[in-house]
Amino acid sequence: MNHVVFWGTRGSLPVSLTHRDIREKITAALLAANGKAFKTRAQLDEFVDQLPFAINGTFGGSSSCVEIVGDGPAHFICDMGSGARALGQAKIAKYGVPNPQTYHIFISHLHWDHLMGFPYFAPMYYPGNRIVVHGCHPHLEESIRHQMQAPNFPVDYAQAGARIEFDLMTPGKAHYISGINVTPKLQHHAGDSYGYRFESLDRTVVYSTDSEHKLDNPTEYDAFVRFFAKADLVIFDAMYSLAEAVSVKADWGHSSNVVGVELCQAAAAKRLALFHHEPMHDDKQLSRLIAETRRLEQITRGSRQPLDIISAYDGLSVAL
Amino acid sequence: MNLPTREQAGVLIVSVSGRIDHIASEEFTRALEPLLAGCVKGKAALLLDFSAVDYISSAGLRVLMMASRRAKAQQGTFAIAALQPLVQEVFAISRFNLIVPCYASVDAACKVVGA
Repeated sequence: MNHVVFWGTRGSLPVSLTHRDIREKITAALLAANGKAFKTRAQLDEFVDQLPFAINGTFGGSSSCVEIVGDGPAHFICDMGSGARALGQAKIAKYGVPNPQTYHIFISHLHWDHLMGFPYFAPMYYPGNRIVVHGCHPHLEESIRHQMQAPNFPVDYAQAGARIEFDLMTPGKAHYISGINVTPKLQHHAGDSYGYRFESLDRTVVYSTDSEHKLDNPTEYDAFVRFFAKADLVIFDAMYSLAEAVSVKADWGHSSNVVGVELCQAAAAKRLALFHHEPMHDDKQLSRLIAETRRLEQITRGSRQPLDIISAYDGLSVAL
Repeated sequence: MNLPTREQAGVLIVSVSGRIDHIASEEFTRALEPLLAGCVKGKAALLLDFSAVDYISSAGLRVLMMASRRAKAQQGTFAIAALQPLVQEVFAISRFNLIVPCYASVDAACKVVGA
């Protein structure tokens, strides 16, 4: 495995910037420039690059879709949220139509925000492509077909040109798929969700979203420490603050940055990616969250190796 | 877990110390149980002196949330005081400072929650 590309990082519901958000960013950038003149484009780019991410960028608003780029020709994708549209377009642009590809898609669970991009995933309409949808829910195929039945969607599932297969996986068991061992794990979420641990010869990535952690259950805690063990990257549901996750939003099926740090520290993981961002949070709030999470890691690190912490955003590519 | 108690200004002050991690939190729950049983309307407020606590994990924070919730249900008064700076940061990052009453010192807390 070489790198991971985040195509959709927002939780529950896709969102977009409003005119007010854009205006605030422009105003903040102009204030930071403070009348400065830029003689060349390079100088301007340099100035923009040093602005805070909440001003010069955005975390984006597409729902969950993550690509794990492996060493072989097959494509590995986690979830089919609305980010799958851009991913599909990028694949068509890169490989063209008469160049059949194999896509392995791993579905965490059947909630809409994790499936809604499937009908917009362009490779599914081109004959010659092979799409294997992996998951642990018995109704996986039914759910995907259902969202493409009238009146839910104008194009029926039967119009798919690609060969689409479904693979019902067994939780806790490693499945060898195109050079990568993939192990699903049951997670606490309404209707169940599954995390996936991807292991190549020299790299490990864990995708663990829509997963609530019950803090009074040490057995579960230990099981997740093993699931995350020594991972190069853990993609973690950090939707809520810890206080929310254990009080007003208990049993809503999500976790927090604090639990992400603790589990990754205990598991000796190398990097934690905060993921499944709360749709209510703007770029400033998400920037604050990453800063606080890095500080938490720093003050609780003790004698451990530092844990690298990033916050996923749409379009981010992370080398493993 | 040993939780020494003392009284000040009509407040039952409980000294908590050490690390409240995932393992210690179970013991912390059990040790708090009899103290919470008495944290009811008309009885002394229960104040945890955290000045000797140097680490608290999410599981430990959850114990505090459950304690605060129980005291509230019993119409008792429950609070925490004298957090070390790093522990105070953990409270702020986890937003627990918003759901559990925290005071800068035991004296400051007693002035507010005392009889």
